[in-house]
Amino acid sequence: MQKTALYKALGIAFGALLVTACANNGDLEEGAGAATTATEQQANEAADSATTGVESASLQGEQMMSDAEKAAQQALLDITVFYFDFDQSSIKESGKAALSAHAAYLASNSSARIVLEGHADERGTPEYNLALGERRAIAVRQFLMAKGASSSQIKVVSFGEEKPAVTGSTSSAYAKNRRVEVKYQSR
Amino acid sequence: MVTRVLFVLALVLGQIAHAELVIEVTQGRQSALPISVVPFEWNGALELPEDISAIVNNDLGSSGYFRTLDRSLMLATPHTPQDVNYVDWQRLKQDYLVVGQISSAEGGYAVEFQVLDVHQQRTLIHHRVKGKATQLRDLAHYISDHIFGQLTGIPGVFSTKMVYVTTNRERSRFNLNFADADGAREQLIFRSDEPILSPTWSPDGKKVAYVSFENGQSEIFFQELATGKREKVVAWDGSNSAPSFSSDGTKLAFVHSRLGNPDIYVMDLNTRKAERITKHYGIDTEPQWMTDNRHILFTSSRAGGPQIYKLDTVDGSVERVTFEGRYNARARMTADGRKMVYVHGNGDQFHIASQDMESGRVRILTRDTNLDESPSVAPNGSMVIYAATEKERSILAAVSVDGEVKFRLPSRFGDVREPAWSPILN
Repeated sequence: MQKTALYKALGIAFGALLVTACANNGDLEEGAGAATTATEQQANEAADSATTGVESASLQGEQMMSDAEKAAQQALLDITVFYFDFDQSSIKESGKAALSAHAAYLASNSSARIVLEGHADERGTPEYNLALGERRAIAVRQFLMAKGASSSQIKVVSFGEEKPAVTGSTSSAYAKNRRVEVKYQSR
Repeated sequence: MVTRVLFVLALVLGQIAHAELVIEVTQGRQSALPISVVPFEWNGALELPEDISAIVNNDLGSSGYFRTLDRSLMLATPHTPQDVNYVDWQRLKQDYLVVGQISSAEGGYAVEFQVLDVHQQRTLIHHRVKGKATQLRDLAHYISDHIFGQLTGIPGVFSTKMVYVTTNRERSRFNLNFADADGAREQLIFRSDEPILSPTWSPDGKKVAYVSFENGQSEIFFQELATGKREKVVAWDGSNSAPSFSSDGTKLAFVHSRLGNPDIYVMDLNTRKAERITKHYGIDTEPQWMTDNRHILFTSSRAGGPQIYKLDTVDGSVERVTFEGRYNARARMTADGRKMVYVHGNGDQFHIASQDMESGRVRILTRDTNLDESPSVAPNGSMVIYAATEKERSILAAVSVDGEVKFRLPSRFGDVREPAWSPILN
């Protein structure tokens, strides 16, 4: 599901590149519309004056992803849970690559929608933890938006300590419960 | 096959719904008064469905103010002062003796009881109460309240109720329950597949407010207890939580947050207009009205970690009130306004602390339970009920405000959380 969508996105980008490349080669597309083509315009201008414009548009290439890179990108998108330190809502360095991949995906798929679910571990009070979970989800939201995702694509909800990922009162259980989960509603 | 699945399902749900709690006293007061509640006389043909004197015995014993005598140790079972041989009870080192008789009354029962002073050999209390056939437990709690109030000078709270949340291990079902303060007669009043939290009572005891995630975000609801009628009160876009009624019942403080900045709001319950009263970028949450209906205690992260602050809703001034330790949150007041109790955290230890409002003196009340949270004070200011974690399960426990009396209310199934003790109901 995730993969097809990604390839679709890459496909569109590649298609666009081809069109640009063709236009630059001077091959006119049929039925391109009512607008006068560049060559026609140049011809008209040439008739009216003594000067002649030169074709000066530079080529713009796009780095194509190798299969390995695609796989790496997909692997990052498969990471949907991001962890936090106790009473903290700052994103850890280790999660930034994957979050950047989600941001890029959202930026190139404007119809994609996500919910960021913020959670806290069971220590401390339920209501303070509700606020903490929300802060964490908001931190992720801000990161995604800074990297190109739009606010309309992101909904935030905090469950505080009410929905632990794992039960148990150990530091490893706590670490797994202090998290934000990225949940795609539509791709 | 389908019926069988349904049957099993009903069984499982039934177990979660009836997480009936049973009091286990873990620590009593050293100065507890010795009292013997003699089984009351009943001459009816059939045994009564509830043992009134056993309930009175349990109430007085669990309060920590009294040390009760086991029935098997009693040398005689008198029902009137004329039958009492005081020497027997003096030998058993008893101070007080409760005797009584139950009789059929129109549509129910009547209980006549007396409290006797073993040393002075005289009657201190002589009282009679009537109730419907369905009210045997109510009759017992009434008797306990009467005896407790007369002998200690503190109003009894045995007839009060509580609400609390129970949930399964998978956190796929959440129940809001209503029960007697001793955990008996549990009733499910609301259930959801999504979290329920922060239940709290209106001061008249007629409704509860709570937070429900049933619509995908946290919203505040009111629910009338008599009718079950629900009303969605605050469902603004974002997160809405932590409702608290002012003690005159005219205002509701709550928390609203959009984009990660929780602030405290106050709603006038007549006009339903709300006003934002904290504007700090830190986390402001867990408002609790003080008894003067003007000040609000709340938790804020404005100094880094959570600490408790006092806000004047008239002039907007804010004053910090907790200074010991790095984590102090969720303050609740005693009804006389003299003490607050809250969650005090130190590293991985979270306990319930009490603080004198005037002197600022702090006392940690709970050391034998872990991850303590959600304290709620009995309306007579004597006990605090709270949620704690034991063997990776959440249970309810209680401690007296002076830390001397402790009991637990373990449930047989699932996790029990977020207790809220009712006001005194009349």
